[in-house]
Amino acid sequence: MSPRVTTPSEDFLRGVWQENPVLVQLLGLCPALAVTNTVANSLAMGIATFFVLTGSSLLVSLLKSWIPREVRISAYILIIATFVTMADMILAAVVPEIHKALGAFIALIVVNCMILGRQEAFASKRPVGRALLDAVGTGAGFILALLMIGTVREVLGYGSFLGVPLFGETFEPWIIMILPPGGFFTLGLLLLAFAAWEERKVERVHPRHWPHGVTVTVETGGDAHG
Amino acid sequence: MGELIWIFVSAMLVNNFTLVLFLGLCPFLGVSAKVGTAVRMGGANLFVLVITSLTASFLNAWVLPHAPYLRLISFIVVIASLVQIVEMAIRKLSPTLFRELGIFLPLITTNCAILGLAIFQTNRGYGALEGLSFALGAGAGLTLALILMASIRERVELSDVPAVARNMGLVLVLAGTLSLAFMGFAGLFTT
Repeated sequence: MSPRVTTPSEDFLRGVWQENPVLVQLLGLCPALAVTNTVANSLAMGIATFFVLTGSSLLVSLLKSWIPREVRISAYILIIATFVTMADMILAAVVPEIHKALGAFIALIVVNCMILGRQEAFASKRPVGRALLDAVGTGAGFILALLMIGTVREVLGYGSFLGVPLFGETFEPWIIMILPPGGFFTLGLLLLAFAAWEERKVERVHPRHWPHGVTVTVETGGDAHG
Repeated sequence: MGELIWIFVSAMLVNNFTLVLFLGLCPFLGVSAKVGTAVRMGGANLFVLVITSLTASFLNAWVLPHAPYLRLISFIVVIASLVQIVEMAIRKLSPTLFRELGIFLPLITTNCAILGLAIFQTNRGYGALEGLSFALGAGAGLTLALILMASIRERVELSDVPAVARNMGLVLVLAGTLSLAFMGFAGLFTT
């Protein structure tokens, strides 16, 4: 089974939007919800994950002919864990307060299924250049998704963007957006909005025509006995 | 004893792993369509969490003081290998139990709830007994969240849901509502 031939720009762009890891594939949700209560935290988590993903893809792609098939998953995890340890130490040294805010979730980048998924599905089968493009695209898509969630949550939850107040004194912050439920609600509503958008696009291409005289009745769920 | 009970209840309700700390979301969203499967997934999770806690206590006491930078790598490798061995043992000793729980074991070894438990336990400086209570509480909390979610989703399955909401969007909004309910436990111990 040979992989479908793709162009370099496809390899890059696919991860950013069309197959966005968070918004489309629903991978790596733990960090996407846990640390996105401010834009700064989202950005730090996004960049750390980007670094780990790019580094691991590069190394896995370089080493692919030396890694035995039977132990490949363990080998990928070891490589990823090494990069995460590096990211953890670098963040602790450079931006200690953000490192503290992200806490255990930096270490938990190791078990972000998106990273392992890219190694197994792409980096272990393709040349180094393509693997890097794919990692950069997917990493950028991850940062994009985290920034979207983080922006909604910080603007509504604190009334600020990157710490700069937006609405003045009279704004009553939506506390719920910075609490855990806010993470679920923000991503849920984003997904619903994207689904509605897709639906409208499909309907514009293939409009639904009911035959003349047909009325469509919609049953309510509760009283459908059967 | 009081301390141990406090850790248990705190891990199960106040800081529920799934709904408050966002750990173990993949099984929570992926395997929560049927109550029966959710119960088995919860059981398998509880089992692996207990193994993880014991492993982490052992590594923290004997190995990691000598090489702190190996923390992450050693947690992952040791936990994954141990679960693999236990899985083989269960397959030999009790095929029934293996059919019920075994198929989930490889899936959850690299789940963030498992590694999260090991890391939280280390950061909070729990000993072996406290760690065990923490693992039991976390496992019970995960199982509770899975069962609640599966019950709601079974009900939603029979309802007339708009087409746009037939995928994960609605499930996440439901999870948010559950999480909101669990926020109510936040004041449980501050009297």
